[in-house]
Parts: sequence; C-alpha cells; structure tokens
Amino acid sequence: MELILAITAGTLYGAGCYLILRRRLAQLIIGLGLMSNGTNLLIFTAGGLTRAHAPIIPEGRTAITGAFADPVPQALVLTAIVIGFGVLAFSLVLAHRVHVMTGSDDIDQMGKEQE
Amino acid sequence: MNAVIFPIIIPLLTAIILVLVPGGARVQRWISFIGSLAMTTAAVLLFAQTQQQGILVLQAGGWPAPFGITLVADLFASMLVVATGIVGVAVTSSAFAGVDPLSEASGYHVLIQVLLMGVSGAFLAGDLFNLYVWVEVMLVASFVLMAFHRTRAQIEAAFKYVTLNLIASSLFLTALGLLYGGTGTLNMADLARHFRHHQTGTFELILAVLFFTAFGIKAALFPLFFWLPASYHTLPAGVGALFAGLLTKVGVYALLRLFTLFFQHAPPELYRLFLIQAACTMIVGLIGALGQRDFRRVLSFNLVGHLGYTTVGLGLMTQSAIAASILYMFHHIFVITNLYLISGIFLRLRRSTHFTALGAIYRDYPWVAVISMIPLFSLAGVPPLSGFIGKLALVRATFGAGAWFTGAVVLAVGVLTLISMARLWDESFWKPGSERDTSAMSRVMLLPIAGLSVITLAFTVAAGPLFDLTLRASQQLLNPEQYMNAVLKVAQLR
Repeated sequence: MELILAITAGTLYGAGCYLILRRRLAQLIIGLGLMSNGTNLLIFTAGGLTRAHAPIIPEGRTAITGAFADPVPQALVLTAIVIGFGVLAFSLVLAHRVHVMTGSDDIDQMGKEQE
Repeated sequence: MNAVIFPIIIPLLTAIILVLVPGGARVQRWISFIGSLAMTTAAVLLFAQTQQQGILVLQAGGWPAPFGITLVADLFASMLVVATGIVGVAVTSSAFAGVDPLSEASGYHVLIQVLLMGVSGAFLAGDLFNLYVWVEVMLVASFVLMAFHRTRAQIEAAFKYVTLNLIASSLFLTALGLLYGGTGTLNMADLARHFRHHQTGTFELILAVLFFTAFGIKAALFPLFFWLPASYHTLPAGVGALFAGLLTKVGVYALLRLFTLFFQHAPPELYRLFLIQAACTMIVGLIGALGQRDFRRVLSFNLVGHLGYTTVGLGLMTQSAIAASILYMFHHIFVITNLYLISGIFLRLRRSTHFTALGAIYRDYPWVAVISMIPLFSLAGVPPLSGFIGKLALVRATFGAGAWFTGAVVLAVGVLTLISMARLWDESFWKPGSERDTSAMSRVMLLPIAGLSVITLAFTVAAGPLFDLTLRASQQLLNPEQYMNAVLKVAQLR
C-alpha cells in the first residue's frame, strides 16, 4: 500500500512541476493544486499506514493496546488541506484578475508593454 | 503565566476589534496604531523577561512538550518580536497621512494586524507545524495586501509573489512530512534531541536542502530571489515597508533557527555552499541595484543584497559570525522599513519614484532630506551609523574565522552599497529639479521616519551593549541544550 501511495504522490509532484513550468495560467494553477495534494499524500503516507485500528482507548482502560493509526499526520493533513484550499481559491481569483487585465492567459505576456 | 503569548494575542484582538467596530477611517487608524503600541509594549516586556529568566516557554493548553504546541522565546526571537512591534507602530502611524481609500475600506488595517500576528507567531513558534501555520497566516495576509491594488503591474507582481510562495510552502510541507515520518515528532526541541543522537546521513541532508530551498525562497536568497525585485517596487509605501522589513527576515530567522538546532554537525560542504550562496546574494543584489533607475527598485535589490549579509553567520556557524548576522538583521529591519516609508513621501510629493521624477528634495523639503540621510547612509555603512557597526562585526567575524573570500566580498559589497546609496542621495535629493515645488507636505509623514531614524541613531550610542546582546543570542543559538532543556524540562515538571 505504501508503495502505491508513494508512487501516486511522486506522480502528483511530477505532474505538478510539469504544469507549473507551462506558460498558461490555468495550467499553472492546476499544477499548484496537484503539488499541494501530492504533499498532503506524502505526509499521510510518511506518517505510517495502519489498517483498521482507530486510536481510541477502549472503555475501562487507560492506554491503547496493540497497533493503532497515528492521528497526528491526519490532523496535519487536514490543516494543510484547509490552508491549501484557501490559498488555491485565492490564486484562482487572482489568476482571473490577471486574465481580465492582460486579456491573455499566457504568462510570458506578463510584464510586457509597461517598461 | 509568562509574556510569550501576548505579542501574538494583541494583534489578533486588535484585528477582531477592527472588524467589529465599524467607525470611519480615522477610528480604524487609531485602533490599529494603539494595538501596535500595545504589541510593542508586550514585546519589550517579553524581551526584558528573557533577559532576566533565560529562555521562556509556554506550553499551550498545558500539554507537555512533545505533544502540545510550544511557544518559545529566547533572546534572538524576542529581539525580533520587539523589532516587529516597532515596525508595526511605524507602519500604522504612517497610515495617518492617508492610505488608498479603497483598500482602507476593505480591511487594510485588519490585514496589517493579522500580518504582524503571523510574523511574531513565526518568531515564537517552538513546533515546526506551528511555524508552518504562522508563516501561512503571514503569507495569506500579505497576498491580500499585495493584491488590493488594481494597476496591471501590481496584479502581475502579486501573481508572481503568490506562485513562488506557494511552491515554497509546498516544499516546506514536504520536509515536514518526511521529518515526521522519520522521527515521529515535530517539536523543535524534541527534534534537536533526536538529531543529536543520529549521525548526519542522507535523510538529514535531504531535509536540510528542502528547508534551505523553502526558506531560501521566502528569504529571497541567491538563486531564488527573483520574485522580490519583480514585486516589491509596485507596493504602496506602507505595505512595502512592512514586507521589506519583516517578511524576508522570517525566512532568515527560520534558517538560522533550524540549522543551529538540527544540522550543526552536518558536513562542512553544506556550510561552504551557504557561504557561496551568501556571497552570490550580496554581489548579485548590489549589481542589480546599480543597474536600476527607480528609488524603490534600487531598494528592492539592496534588500536582496543585504540579506546576503544576514546569512553569512549561517555559513560560518561561529559565535561571532552569527552574532554579527543577528546584529545586521536587527539594524536592517529598521533601516529598510524607514527607506520604504521615505519612498512613500516621494510618491506623495512627486507621484513617482523614478529618478526622472525625483531631484531637488533637499532644496524643497530640507527636513525630509536631513531625516532620510540617516537611514540612507546607515545602509551604506558610513561610520558611525548602525550599518557600519554591523559590517564591522561581520568583517571581523569572517576574517577571524579565516573566511578571507567572504570577508573580501563583504568589504567589496560595502563599497557597492556606498555607491548605490550615494547615487540615491544624489538623484533624489541633490540633483537640480525642474520648477520649485511648493505643495505643502503633511508633517505626519515625517513622524514614523523620524522615529525610526532616532532608533537607528540609538544603535550607534548603544553599540557595545547591543553587540553583547547579539553575542549572547548567538551563544544560545549555538548551544541548543539550553533550548532543549528549557522546553523539555518544563514538560517533565508538569
């Protein structure tokens, strides 16, 4: 399972990088999104995967016995997803403003006609 | 209960009050200003406490160290929090002279407070994920402040800035994920303890490079600085002053903190790389500055170049080099903030900061010229101003450590800075202007720059104690045991 998730995360990073290097605004934004999702998946996987053992202390005990899933990476991923989502939404709006202003979605057109 | 939390809580409360109390622009400006004053007071109190009691630790919610969120204030962090407060006061007081009404109506003051909260949170964080969150708080506020303005250049600059910072955040988060997978903790003291017991291997090197790239982008260091001169010159003066003074310093702070805590025993090649990077940052920044013909663009490139100075300590890892870097960083925060605020006066007087629009300020507004002289020549390193003291400390540290090449670069870049500043002085103040400018200038604009100039002068008077202070701060950084004991011992007591 780790291997599959690791390959998926790697693919997301790779695709994200490729798209960030493209010239079109929309592709750049999608690239950023893919990269942040790759990161989330990486945190989740690196934290260790455990199947079907919730980290809940059974009634009447004071500690967990046996294997359990580490809740910290999940909390981290949750926070990272929320932040990433907000920032991505913001950059979409910004990209829209850029598009309206320059009338083009070509990043290389930026910065021209103003020097 | 100690004072660690207040520099974070006060800007948050101020921001909330600003949202809840509608009032006109005047009321908002006063609330924001008083909030910043209160934050500075809290920061000074915190600084006094760290002087007396050593490293202060706050375990949020009473959860012991490796499990809960930890806030830590040592000398370095509390010094920077004081600087953050003072920059906040300067920027909020500069708003009294007028802010773009559109952005003021849509939350300019709130965002400034949120940004100050994020910056002081980042300085005080004792947990890496917490550091990430504070950096994001600060970045999101800066994104919105940057995108407020509607000219094409400003929107484009904001877009570049947002993209680069998103990539940097992704890299930082990647490093965090790997770090947690490898060590099972993100508490900085706990991690320092972990790295103490492990040989530096491939895993540590990968992390070091990821951290360096992520914070190198945020700190605008050599191969990664291009977003900064592409965006900072479009900012309105108050926002520019805030960003230039604080945002890149957070990156430098994080690098110094993480590398002294975790990677002190990394192979020397890594640190040689840092020295090369610092030298390149200095040289490229100043050469860029000499090629520009706009006051704010020259400042942006100077900012990049001088960030090189603040990372020399990172490359040498000796007590005197880190002390010199901290001293330079501290002085630079005030000086560069001041210069960006001065560019705001130029914008008001001449509608532009391009050299063609400037000139004869000395003839028309002698007081502006007299006050501006202090930060300009302090940045240039003219004795006895604070820049000279910082550079002297750096030169002594580099030659003392046998880093002849870096020392030579520090000296050469000092000369380039002098040329660049002399050019700014000549082009904006001395050059004969066209017709006599008689439009009245609001005296309020002079207050923040005069205040910051007085602080710069105070550095000269208090140079000895200040240098002792940075030596102690760097001693704390280089001996992470103190940091680890402070954080983890508190945990055992509870």
